[in-house]
Amino acid sequence: MAFTQTASETAPSLRMSYLDVLEAEAVHIIREVAGTLERPVLLFSGGKDSAVMLHLARKAFLPGLLPFPVMHVDTGHNFPEVIEYRDKVVAEHQLTLRVAHVQDYIDDGRLTERPDGSRNPLQTVPLLDAIGQHRFDAVFGGGRRDEEKARAKERVFSLRDEFGQWDPRQQRPELWNLYNGRHDPGGHVRVFPLSNWTELDVWHYIAREEIPLPAIYFAHQRRVFLRNGMWLAPGEWGGPRRDEQVQERTVRYRTVGDMSCTGALVSEAATIDEVIAEISLSRITERGSSRADDKLSDTAMEDRKREGYF
Amino acid sequence: MTTLSLDTARDSELLRLATAGSVDDGKSTLVGRLLYDSKSVLADQLEAVESASRARGYGQADLALLTDGLRAEREQGITIDVAYRYFATGNRRFILADTPGHVQYTRNMVTGASTAHLAVILVDARHGVVTQTRRHTAVAALLRTPHVVLAVNKMDLVDFAEERFAEIDDEFRRLAGSLGIPDVRSIPLSALRGDNVVDASTEMPWYTGPTFLQHLERVDLDEDLTALPARLPVQYVLPGNGAPAGQLVAGQLRVGQQVLVMPTGRPAVVTAIHRLGTPTEHARAGMSISVQLDVEGDVGRGDMIVAADRIPTTTRQVSATLCHVAERRLAEGARVLVQHQTRVVGGTVASIVDRLDLATVEHTPNSDPLAVNDIASVVLDLDEPIAADPYRLIRGTGSLLLIDPRDGATLSAGLVGPAFR
Ligand SMILES: Nc1nc2c(ncn2[C@@H]2O[C@H](COP(=O)(O)OP(=O)(O)OP(=O)(O)O)[C@@H](O)[C@H]2O)c(=O)[nH]1
Repeated sequence: MAFTQTASETAPSLRMSYLDVLEAEAVHIIREVAGTLERPVLLFSGGKDSAVMLHLARKAFLPGLLPFPVMHVDTGHNFPEVIEYRDKVVAEHQLTLRVAHVQDYIDDGRLTERPDGSRNPLQTVPLLDAIGQHRFDAVFGGGRRDEEKARAKERVFSLRDEFGQWDPRQQRPELWNLYNGRHDPGGHVRVFPLSNWTELDVWHYIAREEIPLPAIYFAHQRRVFLRNGMWLAPGEWGGPRRDEQVQERTVRYRTVGDMSCTGALVSEAATIDEVIAEISLSRITERGSSRADDKLSDTAMEDRKREGYF
Repeated sequence: MTTLSLDTARDSELLRLATAGSVDDGKSTLVGRLLYDSKSVLADQLEAVESASRARGYGQADLALLTDGLRAEREQGITIDVAYRYFATGNRRFILADTPGHVQYTRNMVTGASTAHLAVILVDARHGVVTQTRRHTAVAALLRTPHVVLAVNKMDLVDFAEERFAEIDDEFRRLAGSLGIPDVRSIPLSALRGDNVVDASTEMPWYTGPTFLQHLERVDLDEDLTALPARLPVQYVLPGNGAPAGQLVAGQLRVGQQVLVMPTGRPAVVTAIHRLGTPTEHARAGMSISVQLDVEGDVGRGDMIVAADRIPTTTRQVSATLCHVAERRLAEGARVLVQHQTRVVGGTVASIVDRLDLATVEHTPNSDPLAVNDIASVVLDLDEPIAADPYRLIRGTGSLLLIDPRDGATLSAGLVGPAFR
């Protein structure tokens, strides 16, 4: 049987921009998970990547509600604006929210505070425990391959063993649009629907879809101090030290995370378009500008991923 | 010089490409150069590469380090897994699958090429078309990558000689022609110096074609998936309205269109289409949609909605070309799961017919168990039918995964129908 390929006229309304292509691909991935795994969960930090991921997941199932819960791994070092935003989004879209608290682990001694006060590396244990407790078998993360070298080889469906560990040598080849999420009993699969998005794609999509974000992504006045070349915000987490001077600056954040190691950017960009213009010109990657813990070593990210971090 | 431009970013297109080359042809250098010259390398990444280069005792920044991701690879100094890179110019966004070149990594090129519109095959101008080039070109032909570019690298080491380039170009065109690749182009360049990568070379005035990046920006993207018959594999039934949802892998669908629900072949009419919540009259290949049909219930994951006038073949026996991607072997008689789009059925490897030598493109009868990187014709007996198209006609509905039912490992990539033809 042969199909004759007639030159078809593609109506203008049927053209797909690259954002349409990325959107359709992400939705396909999300629906594959919903169709093949029993108990998915979507990690929702209130950051821009998870906001985009949630938006895509909601669109994937319209007119229905999201058929799985969202989970926040709460370091206890939160920007209040982000928690406020999280709760508003959860209420508005009738989501089921699970929270894993790093603070609980510190309170009962299962985890100890690090000397530098950063709690980003402490998220791994509460995350894995929550996955075990709720028997989640698929965990959506907002990771993008352009973020960091170790992520460039990450699969869209990334297998984790029962200890949450990732083995870069034992990855399944991923062919065409065929995903295989079969995993060992007790293991799970991490799924990254935004794998092929760049930071700029995320912002263009936020602009196009008018996705609300926490206010800290846009320029605002904030009291900050300088540590290791980064502007950090004072807070209960332990900054500033005596020798660090607090001053008022106009800043915005490029990522949201643990207050102790998420740096602010001195910026006047107060709208999405201004942020996009600024990022397009920027010569520093997102991680380089705001994550203190990734600077530790060239392979810091790879080491953390092996241990089960996102 | 090309830079990321935001004005046009919203409407620009997406090109997926895969690169392949033998060890030391300079693939990592080319990709690094592309990222660097298109200003996709940011200050802190460059700084990291510079300090790593210094640590290794190199005088200048080794651009190849930009793309060598994982620690094991850095230690061995070779690329061992497919890595994805992202860059953009004024009118296109690019997703580059960087695939390692060694013989034992054919599966990586198959993986990278499976989603690519364009394959880049590197050769060293001193060596020209070698056995590995033949393999890479055969993989691109097998996977039906619509466009193939031969990057003739290290032209600086052959004095930028036109005759040498013409010789290689000639041999490559004959090879590509014999494999039925529709669109090929050769470009002479020096990845190390940057000649003809982004900017035109001053050393090769005899070459008047596009630079490498210009070619990537201009190559025709219209694969015309829309001219194919409609194929909508059902992924999920939406909560709320019970509409089957999926991504249209080929063709177009319209409200009012006659369709069949496969594999049963039940006829239906499309009564509504939604594109992620928004009603639309008309959808095309690539879109993630949901549809409503005039028949009640009973359409679920694993079914496929197809154009009523041009239908796939519903069958319980499939002849396929397999690319074996697992370390464990696969023998005649083995039980497997066969994943065909969203449908998964049990099956048996009924027979292993032959092996394909990618370098000579010769089939040799051979029923031995498949080893990693083997390419073979096989016959699969399925427990339940699937509705498939030959891979050469519709890539989406002509591709399969073979999975080990014991532990879920991916074993082989399958292309429905004979290789190349
Ligand atoms: N003279 C010259 N040398 C080049 C050119 N391109 C790459 N090289 C050198 O060739 C060697 C191999 O380059 P790589 O980019 O590491 O090789 P590769 O093909 O990526 O190899 P793997 O990815 O490790 O398989 C390096 O020493 C490069 O500096 C070129 O255009 N001219």
